[in-house]
Amino acid sequence: MSAFEYAPALESTSIVQIAESYKLFINGKFVAPKSGKYFPTINPATGKVLAKIAEANSKDVDLAVEAARNAYAKVWSKMPAAERGKYLYRIARILQERAREFAVLETLDNGKPIRESRDTDIPLVAAHFFYHAGWADKLQYAGVGSAAKPYGVVGQIIPWNFPMLMLAWKVAPALAAGNTVVLKPAETTSLTALLFAEVCQQAGLPDGVVNIVTGAGSTGSAIVNHPGIDKIAFTGSTQVGKLIATAIAGSKKAATLELGGKAANIVFDDAAIDEAVEGIVNGIFFNQGHVCCAGSRLLVQENIHDELLEKLKVRMSHIRLGNPLDKNTDIGAINSESQLQKIQELTAAGDSEGAERWSVPCELPAEGFWFPPTIFTGVSQTHRIAREEIFGPVLSVLTFRTPQEAIEKANNTPFGLSAGVWSEKGSKILWTASKLRAGVIWANTFNKFDPASPFGGYKESGWGREGGRHGLSAYLKGGN
Amino acid sequence: MIIDTSESSLKAFLRTLPAVDEVGVNARAAMLATRSIKTSSKSWAIDTAISMVDLTTLEGADTPGKVRALCAKAVRPDATDLSVPSVGAICVYNDMVKVARQTLDQIGGKDIPVAAVATAFPSGRASFKVKAQDTQDAIDAGAAEIDMVIDRGAFLSGRYGEVFDEIVKIKEICGESAHLKVILETGELVTLDNVRKASYLAMIAGADFIKTSTGKVTPAATAPVVFVMLEAVRDYYSATGTRIGVKPAGGIRNTKDAIKQLVLVNEVAGPEWLTPSLFRIGASALLNDLLMQRMKMRDGYYASPSYVTLD
Repeated sequence: MSAFEYAPALESTSIVQIAESYKLFINGKFVAPKSGKYFPTINPATGKVLAKIAEANSKDVDLAVEAARNAYAKVWSKMPAAERGKYLYRIARILQERAREFAVLETLDNGKPIRESRDTDIPLVAAHFFYHAGWADKLQYAGVGSAAKPYGVVGQIIPWNFPMLMLAWKVAPALAAGNTVVLKPAETTSLTALLFAEVCQQAGLPDGVVNIVTGAGSTGSAIVNHPGIDKIAFTGSTQVGKLIATAIAGSKKAATLELGGKAANIVFDDAAIDEAVEGIVNGIFFNQGHVCCAGSRLLVQENIHDELLEKLKVRMSHIRLGNPLDKNTDIGAINSESQLQKIQELTAAGDSEGAERWSVPCELPAEGFWFPPTIFTGVSQTHRIAREEIFGPVLSVLTFRTPQEAIEKANNTPFGLSAGVWSEKGSKILWTASKLRAGVIWANTFNKFDPASPFGGYKESGWGREGGRHGLSAYLKGGN
Repeated sequence: MIIDTSESSLKAFLRTLPAVDEVGVNARAAMLATRSIKTSSKSWAIDTAISMVDLTTLEGADTPGKVRALCAKAVRPDATDLSVPSVGAICVYNDMVKVARQTLDQIGGKDIPVAAVATAFPSGRASFKVKAQDTQDAIDAGAAEIDMVIDRGAFLSGRYGEVFDEIVKIKEICGESAHLKVILETGELVTLDNVRKASYLAMIAGADFIKTSTGKVTPAATAPVVFVMLEAVRDYYSATGTRIGVKPAGGIRNTKDAIKQLVLVNEVAGPEWLTPSLFRIGASALLNDLLMQRMKMRDGYYASPSYVTLD
């Protein structure tokens, strides 16, 4: 017996300079908020305040929309499409050059492990800008006809789970299509969006093409209800998505909504079991489970349930929870106290409804917000933890007997964002995928993203797609 | 695990093994390669890796002088620093076993076993009679470990019973006198499904260790291959209670690669395997790189290669 303890391998934070307070980014400049108000953003791994962030009120949003409108009418819509593309290429290259800085800042503000922000989030961010840069002068092939036109000013509201990646998913296609943008990052994770504002300046992007207004729900509401906005793009909870849909009903505004999910990860008895275990772990514990397409419902064929669970627990015991800046950390901090409370509330419901809880026996840091990787076995379809999105590192394990039953259970949810299928039999994978009501289906893998691949859901998981040609066309109006 | 050891029941058993998804294994192995091993854990890993090296020379040009020099290196890898552990074993062809054993005994290396490659290494293309004699010769000359090769031709044509029987018979010859390492030559088996099947075949037939490669074929000890073999010993232990060792050999030339191997052991088979009795690294050039990294940890700067001995 020995002890191969991994000594701390901390990523240096010296590459980022965090200011004491941050202003709004409107018309190419950082400006103090008319509201005069600021709110703190904290590092969820320590609970300590990182900086103060400006809170935009409706007057600030007015200014941002006005700047975006001017930029659209006078500069961005007049510019040759290939020139627009050049700005996007330039932004993509700067993002790559400053990748380490973005990764560290994302980890500090969000709590996700540096390995993920460094190896997944930020490389994908740059990839989205590169991908869409190429589209800027080819919009007639985006699928809405040869006279494809931008909407104009787009209001974009993004969540805290992948702050920069969601910004890229929103901003890159909007700009490539020729729209200008008023973007609101989530109130707990504004810092990388504000660093992105610097990148826009560095790239020489014309003033007003990208405007970033920080704040919480009321700022978002000011954007959604603003008459000067032509289209809303939102990623977040189904609850807020419904409010937005209600608010814009009857208006001229178009919308795309990326909402919640409760993905089924279906493991058949003929799966490559060790890699299925790996995929289950990746599906639910990636990014602390703060993933709308997380594989939060494991549907395992009953005849391999015990074997699979045993292997899963062994694998989970190797998950390293701790300081997100440590390069060996696999699972970081829960993004906020309120999210932690939500996870605690739902898992308590799992206990009281009779499911059996098992958590990785690991020490949780004393400060900040943490939740151990957890699985519930003996879960049935009626349990809240099988129906509601937990948005945390919590897996509900259900069983099925036949492929038909797997499909019935997988589709028996108000959501329909993603699903996973694990089998070595190609015909079974295709049969299953064709029956699943989910926007993204992964076969023998999970949580794989690519700018060329459309992403979006059925039912309460949202409207429209992001990524690929389908995502681009959501930022274009057809013409004759 | 199996009903009997007939060809048909071996075949049936190997078919029950779960498939290996190569894309998934590659991704997991690549992720584990990003583990950052620094400071105290790096020091621990370097010394552990040194104690796991099967210091090897397997050349047509091997001479008693070359082997004696290697033995000296094995006992005291760094003559200027006696806190460096001895290596795990010396690995030679069977005609060099005697000189290796004698030299080690004379210079204070009684505890270092001599491993001999056998069974018509590296191709295994000989009659069983020859393979058996090859093994017996090595044991008679003092080998405490036998590194045999499997008959890859038989394996690839589906004659699992032949592969199995050869291992069983070589194990009988080894008896109590020698540990048996079974070389799968994964570079010739090619698929990870084959690696898993061959690992089980060897374990059931009585291998004490399963070893990736002869070192004469590339690719050799790649991370995905070692990953699948570590899974096999882990699962075999949970089914039988017996721990089988793993020996990657070939292509592990520097400290970084060696540490990546230890990370795989730690996170796939588990920390119980982090001992020379259950994990060895077949290598020659690796030892000097480990020594240079060790000096760097101790002194704070990289020494010139002139400060480590070439043997």
